[in-house]
Amino acid sequence: MLDVCGAGSPEELFSHLPEAARLHRPLDLPPGISEYEIVEYFTRRAEENGIGYTSFLGAGVYRHYRPVLVDTVVSRGEFLTSYTPYQAEISQGTLTAIFEFQTMICQLTGMDVANASMYDGSTAVPEAAMMAVRATGKGRVLVAKTVHPEYREVLRTYARNQGMPVEEFGYVDGAGTLDLEDLERKMDDFTGAVILQSPNFFGIVDQVKAAAEIAHKRGALLVVIFTEAVSLGILEPPADADIVAGELQSFAITPSYGGPYAGIIATKEKLIRQMPGRLVGQTTDSRGNRAFCLTLATREQHIRREKATSNICTNQALIALMATVFMSVYGKLGLRELAEQNLAKSHYLAGKLTPRFSGKFFNEFVAKVGSPDAVNKALLKKKIIGGLPLGRFYPELADCILICATEMSRKGDMDTVGQVVQPAAATEAAEVLA
Amino acid sequence: MINKVRQHLSQNEALLFERSSPGKKAYQLPELDVPAVDAAEALGAENVRAEIEGFPEVSEVEAIRHFTRLSTWNYAIDHGMYPLGSCTMKYNPRINELVARIDGLAWAHPYQPEALSQGCMQVMERLELMLAEITGMDAVTLQPAAGAHGELTGILLIRALLEKRGNPRKKILIPDSAHGTNPATAAIAGYAVENIKSSSTGGVDLAALEGLVNEDVAALMVTNPNTLGVFEENIIRVAEILHRKGAMLYMDGANMNALVGMARPGDFGVDVLHLNLHKTFSTPHGGGGPGAGPVCVKKVLEPFLPTPRLKRSGKKLTFDYKRKNSIGRVKAFYGNFGVLVRALAYILAHGGPGLRNATMDAVLNAVYIRKQLEPYFDLPYPSPNMHEVVFSDDRQAKLGVRTGEIAKRLIDYGFHPYTVSFPLIVHGALMIEPTETEGKLELDQFIEAMISIAKEVETDPELVKNAPYGTRTSKVDEVTAARKPVLRWKPA
Ligand SMILES: Cc1ncc(COP(=O)(O)O)c(C=O)c1O
Repeated sequence: MLDVCGAGSPEELFSHLPEAARLHRPLDLPPGISEYEIVEYFTRRAEENGIGYTSFLGAGVYRHYRPVLVDTVVSRGEFLTSYTPYQAEISQGTLTAIFEFQTMICQLTGMDVANASMYDGSTAVPEAAMMAVRATGKGRVLVAKTVHPEYREVLRTYARNQGMPVEEFGYVDGAGTLDLEDLERKMDDFTGAVILQSPNFFGIVDQVKAAAEIAHKRGALLVVIFTEAVSLGILEPPADADIVAGELQSFAITPSYGGPYAGIIATKEKLIRQMPGRLVGQTTDSRGNRAFCLTLATREQHIRREKATSNICTNQALIALMATVFMSVYGKLGLRELAEQNLAKSHYLAGKLTPRFSGKFFNEFVAKVGSPDAVNKALLKKKIIGGLPLGRFYPELADCILICATEMSRKGDMDTVGQVVQPAAATEAAEVLA
Repeated sequence: MINKVRQHLSQNEALLFERSSPGKKAYQLPELDVPAVDAAEALGAENVRAEIEGFPEVSEVEAIRHFTRLSTWNYAIDHGMYPLGSCTMKYNPRINELVARIDGLAWAHPYQPEALSQGCMQVMERLELMLAEITGMDAVTLQPAAGAHGELTGILLIRALLEKRGNPRKKILIPDSAHGTNPATAAIAGYAVENIKSSSTGGVDLAALEGLVNEDVAALMVTNPNTLGVFEENIIRVAEILHRKGAMLYMDGANMNALVGMARPGDFGVDVLHLNLHKTFSTPHGGGGPGAGPVCVKKVLEPFLPTPRLKRSGKKLTFDYKRKNSIGRVKAFYGNFGVLVRALAYILAHGGPGLRNATMDAVLNAVYIRKQLEPYFDLPYPSPNMHEVVFSDDRQAKLGVRTGEIAKRLIDYGFHPYTVSFPLIVHGALMIEPTETEGKLELDQFIEAMISIAKEVETDPELVKNAPYGTRTSKVDEVTAARKPVLRWKPA
């Protein structure tokens, strides 16, 4: 091969690089290691994380059982090692699965169209906001304080340089639901998007319909976010929204320390051309057979460049496939039963604790515990990771944790949580009284 | 002659919705160990949905057959060469899949206490350090989810630094050879895009650059090697011209597979670059993602990196959230951690010398293809190429056959097509990137196929224009798909 290339050595193929631009020493990296050593290295790291803990964390990332079929399917080389399906004739597997994915997301959310995936729920929020702003020609964005705090941070990062002022509206202290009066007060005719989450960050099912009315009255679009996709198995779909953006991590995607997950954006027919990301459409091949292909690409960066609806290119296809397999395995009956189990578990746990809000919740809720740190420390001794201390995001809830129970939470562990938390909270309360 | 493939039967398969029947299921849940609750009572009757209309109902066997059948309709790296230029479709080692699924990593919750996350944080720290060494940069953020997301992060960093210096400026310069994500990114970051025409050799035109760089220019986004696979020979001068006017040099690192171990952006004047771990560092493309787009920067940009930042104090790693100059978050949590695990496994397996060898093989393979195909296809930019080579279809177009049609014919020969019609500065581009994965046997089969097609274009252009013939799905009507969009299944 070197002869054909007219080179005496592979190094010679780099001789046209300017001297000053070349690296004249070996990289300061250790030599390669064997497969066995790699497994060993990562097994050690996993051990350093601590082993054998049960967790009650939710807050946007949920512990749900992953049916075996999910990894069986996504481990197939034909799905795992293929590129974006630009060449439709040899990508019908991926394309068909995405078409099914888009369909199931529509069925779940009550929207007309869904895209092939976004990076995650958090980045889907600014993408949805930008979409609403483009569609309405109004730049201002109102976002509920009960949208996941990290999602709001991402929204702010994106919004800053786009002449897209972002303001927040509050929640009702007792119920933990949207403060609709605050929303109404802050609405104006320059607002293009109202963004809320349901179930909200506190786990509470929120008032989509009422918020939609307020938004629509002033010509804004309503964007509804979800982080717990399993809730859609039992909750009324947010059909009053104009855009639904969410996170599918709950659908057989391991928590994996924060990613990779899969976000989605779904919307009404009239907003299709404003959609970011890839879309798969149905058509036929030259023999008249049904076939699928990527479509409406004139929205995208490779065609439209700086006028594109988004800069996204690579998305989360394989993760979306995990969700697709998950939805197929659970199906119509299973997703409902799964949601019901989550509901039962979280309500059992709530019975052992002191919920901070009166709003109806799905599988997580805010519990008043006095000192979250003390409680969590006591739980760790029992090999239980407790809830998320909320003071970090909501100073007014510094005595609370956000705690979650799923189908994987065992009764015995929930009883332990109750036993550990309640006395601590009681002591705390007694101290306050004294 | 087609000898790499022959036809075999493939199963037909309906959509899940069409093969559903009421009551079928593929799941099992354990018995509830707590009392069931009434949904209407717990959630409010108005909040409880009726059934999910149209949702699938299939058995486990039906589910696995469904997805297995679908999978056989795909081409993949595991089948053979996937010479998509700019996409770096290399082999995806399965060990990386295994370690990413180790329980303690895969089930780590992003909010579990830092004391119980030290293993994950070490993985991240190690990868940051290694990527800094590979690129010659001072600091790395692993937060961005893909290349385009890394671009946005990088441009926001530049903006934050310039703002701090008093003026964010107005424009980003982008060569006409750039990938579409570059201009799309600049726009989201609030910048106007000014295109800069490539020189006659396909690189950045120094004279044009001198003329364009002024106090309004925030940065130049350059891909190096560029999208022709050619190293920017004047890259150091380019950096000087920008820096003299207070502008920054952004490098799109999509083509780092040509450089790892041989040259480092940090040594040739780059201020910030992103990497595509799903290209250079072999994490699987998975039919379009996930990826990871770490951003590597010089010291001046470090204060602006997204929060949180990993920080080591003695033996302990923590996350630093209090960074007043940070651009903020670009993504929830810490990045596509599972992808980071795979990339680190790849780097550890290769080690320094192995990475360098991979780079040399990648370039050798691309130069070999170029030499073998040059007699048959026009090469509009004859500068020495690195990891990919870009031909034009000029010669074939005269006979009425375009690059897209040659690409479809390549499918009949058992290969995935090369990248079609990109970069835009090449008329009818055929962009070929073999990567280091391919051995001589597969390369020679590919070369033979391309030569055979070149001959078919001369003897029987219609044959090429109607390809592919061997696939279960023949030429797909993309025009109708866009004209009458059907984006979801509906019951008949
Ligand atoms: C040159 C170049 N830049 C940027 C990108 C965008 O990267 P990503 O798809 O990871 O967002 C790509 C690949 O798609 C590319 O080839």
